[in-house]
Amino acid sequence: MNSTHVVIVGAGPAGVRAAETLVRKGVAPVLIDEGMRAGGQIYRQQPQGFSRPAKALYGFEASKANAIHVCAEDLASQIDYRPKTLVWNANADTLDLLCDDRFEQLGYDRLIVATGATDRVLPVPGWTLPGVYTLGAAQIALKFQGCAIGDPVVFAGTGPLLYLVAYQYAKAGAKVTAVLDEAGFSDQCRALPGLLRQPSTLAKGLYYRAWLLANGVRVEQGASLVRIDGEKRVASVAWQQGGVEHSLPCSAVGFSYALRSETQLADLLGCEFVWSPLNRAWLPRRDASGRSSLEHVYLAGDGAGIMGADAAEMAGERAALAVLQDMGIAVDGARAEKLERGLAQIERFRDGLEHAFPFPEGWAAKADDALMLCRCEEIRVGQLRDVVRAGAVDINRAKALCRVGMGRCQGRMCGAAAMEIIACESGLTIDSVGRLRGQAPIKPLPFAVGPDA
Amino acid sequence: MALLKRLAELDRPQVDFVLDGQPAIALQGDTLLTALLCSVDALKGSDFSAEPRAGFCLMGACQDCWVRLEDGRRVRACSTLIEPGMQVTREPGRQP
Ligand SMILES: Cc1cc2nc3c(=O)[nH]c(=O)nc-3n(C[C@H](O)[C@H](O)[C@H](O)COP(=O)(O)OP(=O)(O)OC[C@H]3O[C@@H](n4cnc5c(N)ncnc54)[C@H](O)[C@@H]3O)c2cc1C
Ligand code: FES
Repeated sequence: MNSTHVVIVGAGPAGVRAAETLVRKGVAPVLIDEGMRAGGQIYRQQPQGFSRPAKALYGFEASKANAIHVCAEDLASQIDYRPKTLVWNANADTLDLLCDDRFEQLGYDRLIVATGATDRVLPVPGWTLPGVYTLGAAQIALKFQGCAIGDPVVFAGTGPLLYLVAYQYAKAGAKVTAVLDEAGFSDQCRALPGLLRQPSTLAKGLYYRAWLLANGVRVEQGASLVRIDGEKRVASVAWQQGGVEHSLPCSAVGFSYALRSETQLADLLGCEFVWSPLNRAWLPRRDASGRSSLEHVYLAGDGAGIMGADAAEMAGERAALAVLQDMGIAVDGARAEKLERGLAQIERFRDGLEHAFPFPEGWAAKADDALMLCRCEEIRVGQLRDVVRAGAVDINRAKALCRVGMGRCQGRMCGAAAMEIIACESGLTIDSVGRLRGQAPIKPLPFAVGPDA
Repeated sequence: MALLKRLAELDRPQVDFVLDGQPAIALQGDTLLTALLCSVDALKGSDFSAEPRAGFCLMGACQDCWVRLEDGRRVRACSTLIEPGMQVTREPGRQP
């Protein structure tokens, strides 16, 4: 085996395929993942001792999930696989790890960052109430724990997860009272040309929606969440549609607005970032092969722009080929080109998805001053607007002044919304309010967490 | 009253633990978050206003599920599996 130290962060579809590609050429990487078992988000495995078959957990994606799990299992004996390990800091040649309350440093020569994504959230009054979760959380409760976030439940927001999660819940026997789709029907018609490039994905989306309707689930389009009400937990949800307010009793709400990339490590490493209008976010720059702006750092999967699981597999493999090429190891050039073509095709499809599930651009203008913006530090929208009016039109400046994005989650939950508020209040475009910077540790460490710790 | 509802995987062995000083029962493979929220409807009070919180992302991102164990450890409830005999006392949070 080669003595170059290649480290991969993230054992989702991108990281697993990257590891596999390296091993085939005799390079044994270190594969680090915070999760208990390999698979990442979409192919997250249930804990040992659970018995549902793959079909029940992953539906149409069961065979792809199985393939990733089998691949990861085969790799485990050939590489240095480290589950339950957080990379909490990164610099030019070393990573800081935390595993089972133990700190460790790990050197590397080449690094593939495949850190994936989390839900993108826009706060709504009542979003801190018990019973309110992201769509991703709702899916994790079911897939990883066999639980519903409540019953009956309402799903809201936008993005491919919306209909998928509602379908998975209804199939599993939960009562889904309604699906409130922020996007209007016309948005989805306009998106058709782009979506048709990937008919199978389109077919799946249409299938979930049709299935829900056929099974009596109320589906509302062009429906904006207004408020989630309840005393100590969710009791009802209110939304607006065509200027009219509606409400429904429910015991849980799952909502989010598509996904956002986990970019903190790329940031700490010093990768160059570029604005992505499609993602409405700053993303570490990567070329078609997955090379970043830094010589020894490669980016793969949703952590550098949301493209979905199939693209993550391709990007993982492509980035690993780039690593091998840069190490002077011969690779199959035709294969590399094919992967790049496949990724470019998915990118065009992503365009269509973005039109089908458009970002609710009017959110900031409608947000009330009293709305809780940051759930960690409990900062309200009005507090951010005050500092913006006083001149803090850069997100990092605003953070220093009113603590938005400074809490334990480092802006993972409120950062996108804070940028929207600043842009709306200042009149600047969303790409000119600055980029929220990551800080080590990128997640709180158990020994120094909380206000009194 | 429970917040979460179990829909599947009900045949797992039981795990005894202690919640707010009272005996409680979870199932093997439950996260602490699942274990708690299948018995009660909040994990803790929030740091600044003592409002009830029950986690939000379930994937280790929002950090809204940190709980303190009797042995002094602080853990994220959504990413920590329950162990027999674990003792969790829910923190009331800070009154404004
Ligand atoms: C909750 C959720 C559910 C989803 N469900 C679906 C679905 O059902 N269908 C669908 O088509 N798409 C789904 N998606 C989108 C899908 O997850 C992605 O397209 C796909 O998983 C991307 O693969 P990836 O390898 O880039 O990242 P991921 O699969 O997200 O894997 C990234 C891995 O990196 C690890 N990681 C991140 N940062 C660190 C760190 N600092 N230290 C150590 N480890 C780290 C994470 O724990 C994770 O295991 C979902 C996304 C989310 C967030
Ligand atoms: S629920 Fe978000 S970190 Fe645990």
